[in-house]
Amino acid sequence: MLNFIRRYLALSNDSPKKIVFIAFALSLVCSLLVSTAAVILKPKQEENKRLEKRKNILTVAGLMKDNADIDRLFRQVETKVLDLTSGNYLSDDQATLMQKRLAEKDPGLLIKIPADQDIAQIKRRTNYVPIYLIKRDDEIDTLILPVHGYGLWSTLYGFIALQNDGKTIKGLSFYQHAETPGLGGEVDNPKWRHQWQGKLAFDEQGQQRIEVVRGKVKANSPDAIYQIDGLSGATLTSRGVNNLVKYWLSDQGYGTYLKKIWARQTNQ
Amino acid sequence: MKPETKKILFDPFVDKNPITLQILGICSALAVTTSLSATLLMCIALTTVLAASNASISLIRHHIPNNIRIIVHMIIISSLVIVVDQMLKAYAYETSKQLSVFVGLIITNCIVLGRAEAYAMKNPVGLSFLDGLGNGLGYSLILISIATIRELFGAGKLLGYQILPLVTEGGWYYPNGLLLLPPSAFFIIGLIIWLIRSRRKEQVEQADFVIKKNIHRESM
Repeated sequence: MLNFIRRYLALSNDSPKKIVFIAFALSLVCSLLVSTAAVILKPKQEENKRLEKRKNILTVAGLMKDNADIDRLFRQVETKVLDLTSGNYLSDDQATLMQKRLAEKDPGLLIKIPADQDIAQIKRRTNYVPIYLIKRDDEIDTLILPVHGYGLWSTLYGFIALQNDGKTIKGLSFYQHAETPGLGGEVDNPKWRHQWQGKLAFDEQGQQRIEVVRGKVKANSPDAIYQIDGLSGATLTSRGVNNLVKYWLSDQGYGTYLKKIWARQTNQ
Repeated sequence: MKPETKKILFDPFVDKNPITLQILGICSALAVTTSLSATLLMCIALTTVLAASNASISLIRHHIPNNIRIIVHMIIISSLVIVVDQMLKAYAYETSKQLSVFVGLIITNCIVLGRAEAYAMKNPVGLSFLDGLGNGLGYSLILISIATIRELFGAGKLLGYQILPLVTEGGWYYPNGLLLLPPSAFFIIGLIIWLIRSRRKEQVEQADFVIKKNIHRESM
C-alpha cells in the first residue's frame, strides 16, 4: 500500500495519473474528516436542538426563566398529537406511535398541499402534528402550536401560543431560520415578538384577521388589535411570517381544532 | 522569535491588513459585525480555518498538480469550514445561530483562498501556519473594532450587556439604527482605511489615471 502511494507521488505533477490520484486521495481524506466530525458531534447537536425546542416552547408560553433547568420546567407541558383534518387528539397509544414516525420523518405521512392553498410555501405537510398544552389546575391554559413557512432565504420554524379561548395570541417565536442577521433575523428580537402578545387572531365571528402590515401599525385604527408591525428592511421575511401564521391558523392548519375549542368555550 | 517570523505574524495587523490594505473578506465584515459576540466567534472560526488551511496546503504543496490547484484548495478549505461549523453547532449553539450562513461562507472568503495561493503554495508549513494566523488576527482586529462601534452606538450594548441606557428603556441614549444595517460597516471600514493611510502614506495607491486638461477649444 505504502509503495503504491509512493509510486504515484513520485510521478510528475502534470501527469494525468497523478492528477486523478491526488484528486481521489484528497477527496477521500477530506470526506473522512468531514463525516467523522459530523458523526461524533451529532449527539451534542441533537441535544442542543432538543433543549432549544423545549426552551422555545417555554419562552413562547412565557414560562422561561434565566438559567432555569429546562427539562424540569418542561414537566408542566403536556404533549398531544393532533389530527388536523378532524381536529381531534390521537389516543395516547397512537400518539406515541405517531411521534416515533414523525421523528423518523416517515415520508408516508406527507400530504402534498395544492399550490393555490400553499401560501406558506411549504409544499408538503403531515396531517398529524404534535402540539403542546400548558395546564394549570387541570384546565388548559395555553395552546402551543408549531408553525413553519418560507421567509426570504429559509424556512422559518417556530411556535404560536394561543390563550385557552383559541383566539388571543400569547406569543410567536421561531427556533430555526436563516434570515439575514439584523434584518429578517430580527424575527428573534424580543421587542418585535412582544407585539404579538394580546393580539387577536380571529374576530367575534371567527373570521381570521391577524396580519403583519408594512411599516408601523396605526395605533388608533380599529384593526390595530389584529395587526403587527412589519420588520423594517425585511419586507419578504415579514410577508413570509404573515403568510405562515395565516396558513397554519386556517382550516388547512389548526382551524378545525380551534373551532372545537371555541365551541367548548361557548358551551361552558 | 526571529525578526523574519515576527514580520510574517504581525505584518497583517496594520501594514498588510487583509481588509484595509488588500480589501478582501469585506462581505463577512459587513454581515456579522452587528454584535460583538457573533463577531468574536466568526473571528475564531476564520482564524482557525485560515491557519489550518494554510498549513495543510503548504504540507502537500509539492504534490498539488497545477491544473487542479484551485480545486484542491477549495476541497481543503471547505472541509475545514464544515468541521468548524459542526463544532460551533455543538459547542456554541446560540451564537452560531446568529452567524447562520456566514460560517459556511468562509469557504468563499477571499482571504482564505488568497493566502493559500499567494503564500502557502510557496512556503514551508510553519511559516504558512503563522501567515494564516497573522492574517486571521489582522482580520479579527478590524472586525472587532467595527463590531465594537456598531454594537455600542447601534444598540447601546457590548457583548449583550447594556452600556448606554436607551431612551426606550428610560435612559438617555438615542441608538443610531443605521449602525445596525450593513452599509454602516462599509462607512466604518472606509474611515478606518482613511485613518491608516493618512498615517502610513506608503499604503496610498497610485491613481489609475490622471484626468488631462482639455486642450481642444472646439470641444469646450
